[in-house]
Amino acid sequence: MKTLEELERIRKETLEKINLRKDRSGVRIAVGMATCGIAAGARQVMMAILDELAKRNVTNVLVTETGCIGMCKLEPIVDVYMPGQEKVTYVKVDEKKARQIVVEHVINGHPIREWTIENYE
Amino acid sequence: MLYRSHVMVCGGTGCTSSGSDEVAERFIEEIKKAGLDKEILVVRTGCFGLCELGPVVVVYPEGVFYSRVKPEYVPEIVEEHLLKGRPVRKYIYGESLEEKAIKPLEETPFFRKQRRIALRNCGVINPEDIREAIAFDGYKALAKVLTEMTPEQVIEEVKKSGLRGRGGGGFPTGVKWEFAYKQKETPKYVVCNADEGDPGAFMDRSILEGDPHSVLEAMAIAGYAIGANHGYIYVRAEYPLAVKRLKIAIQQAREYGLLGKDIFGTGFDFDIEIRLGAGAFVCGEETALLNSIMGKRGEPRPRPPFPAVKGVWGKPTIINNVETFANIPPIILNGGEWFASIGTEKSKGTKVFALTGKVNNTGLIEVPMGTTLREIIYEIGGGIPGGKKFKAVQIGGPSGGCIPAELLDTPIDYDSLTSAGAMMGSGGLVVMDEDTCMVNVAKFFLEFTVDESCGKCAPCRIGTKRMLELLDKITSGKGEEGDIEKLEELAKTIKATALCGLGQTAPNPVLSTLRYFRHEYEAHIKEKRCPAGVCTALLSFVIDPEKCKACGICAKNCPVGAIFGKPKTPYVIDQEKCIKCGTCIDKCPFGAIYKK
Repeated sequence: MKTLEELERIRKETLEKINLRKDRSGVRIAVGMATCGIAAGARQVMMAILDELAKRNVTNVLVTETGCIGMCKLEPIVDVYMPGQEKVTYVKVDEKKARQIVVEHVINGHPIREWTIENYE
Repeated sequence: MLYRSHVMVCGGTGCTSSGSDEVAERFIEEIKKAGLDKEILVVRTGCFGLCELGPVVVVYPEGVFYSRVKPEYVPEIVEEHLLKGRPVRKYIYGESLEEKAIKPLEETPFFRKQRRIALRNCGVINPEDIREAIAFDGYKALAKVLTEMTPEQVIEEVKKSGLRGRGGGGFPTGVKWEFAYKQKETPKYVVCNADEGDPGAFMDRSILEGDPHSVLEAMAIAGYAIGANHGYIYVRAEYPLAVKRLKIAIQQAREYGLLGKDIFGTGFDFDIEIRLGAGAFVCGEETALLNSIMGKRGEPRPRPPFPAVKGVWGKPTIINNVETFANIPPIILNGGEWFASIGTEKSKGTKVFALTGKVNNTGLIEVPMGTTLREIIYEIGGGIPGGKKFKAVQIGGPSGGCIPAELLDTPIDYDSLTSAGAMMGSGGLVVMDEDTCMVNVAKFFLEFTVDESCGKCAPCRIGTKRMLELLDKITSGKGEEGDIEKLEELAKTIKATALCGLGQTAPNPVLSTLRYFRHEYEAHIKEKRCPAGVCTALLSFVIDPEKCKACGICAKNCPVGAIFGKPKTPYVIDQEKCIKCGTCIDKCPFGAIYKK
């Protein structure tokens, strides 16, 4: 390494990967990972979310799993917690939807209302 | 690839010896078995501080803290927590459990009062991966120094911070650097003193094991400030894990061009070599350490000349302790004023302590200067086990002293400790409860210094030995009037005339216990009694006639035939014959024999 830019690049790249150990302030995405969720494909949804975040160099987003919230027929369910906002719950998420949620909601800040739980109740 | 969760398994010496290697392997295995190895990363990290509870495991992003983890707990943690998102409460550190929630680690009593600057990355990064150190601002301060600051500005910033040497002496670091900077002679050297020898102290070891890059970076910064291109780390071979991580760190720093020639293309060269010590306490003394680095016998020499003028190979050298160095990068990045805003008027910043002895949370802590001993022992340390009463805390190791309960509310800094008859030392804190005999404690530390005295000067070689003999005499019940005064006279003479810090401070444990616990010495001498019930020679072994079943087992096992009795009547110990070996206590099936 001969330049400051290179140090900064390594810093940013690695920070993205390990920031979850220090930063608690950012966005949190919780994927329902009970048996029902996993059976409905929650794992693929989670992998898609992680992949999309990595592709777009998004830091300070925590991806966690959560238990069953009781609406197993609507799984996979994904909750998005933006700082200072009500949580938004997406239902029947698939890989494609997951990627779009990351782009539209998490990055651009526009929740995709038609996929949220309100439309199914 | 982005991992959604990181499982941090402590890889410090404490947790490694309680079996964290197997725990980590088991996590890797179970996570793979559950098909989670693409989402969850297992990291070996440095000391979290709660060594008592090892092996410790922290799961991020939640920050859930599992303590005393056994390999057989791992499948359940993986299945429940990592797969289904339900932390396993029964294995979680009790202090972080609330009725309906789990507090993150930072909010538990052990961590709440702490402020981690020197330990900022310990337990957070993988110390064997330089990229993780870089992610949390590693080498950023070096970059700043090399590209934006002159050596004078660096020294000015360190002076402004008020940082004082963390190895014990408390000399202002910036002033030391300035002395070396002003020397005309070249080449100059930077030395890191990692010869941590106080019994019970492991601050420096934990920093080297948990965040070795912070020390390497700071040494390079120091090199730039004083005009040196070469550094030595003097570390004892008794710290194999620290040495291994240092070697890896130096190797990686070289590969990344952060050590070596022309760092960041600025034309500044700096490289570091490790020197292994054989574990002699005196080699922590700077002039003895210099001799040892040069391959000579580790004996001190008189100062001046100070190392800043004549150090390694007779050239200007600065010697700083591990913890001192670990504070440098944050000072450069956040400014000297930031650091000076923490702590007390004359002692700035934080101090790392190794908290051991009769305290619930044994471990490694870092608190702002000015925190009181009461906060450390009762809030962070969780108090004394078994509801026992606090008696004293030994601070500063063999060079320090004992601080009694009356002074528990003293805010800790260099000056308050010195005026209390102890010293900051490197940061060992040994808590003692009511069952501790203070004369015996003084004897323990003096035995240590007698053992470790290099023998070069008479006051230390002969004087400490004579003091130890007096203490031996007192604790074995042969003390006489005048012994205390003799101890005091010897102590004063040794303090005034010994060659180096080891000798000059060796009488401190005796002086401070005499100052606060003189009545215990007097009880030993005048009443031939050990108030804490520790000094065996002053105790008598007695059989409780109520409990004695007259079985005769004690009499059969007594090596000197001091126990007599007939069937059906309680046995008696002949105090004249008894050698107080304790065999009868161990052998009595009814617990009828006790010490008085």
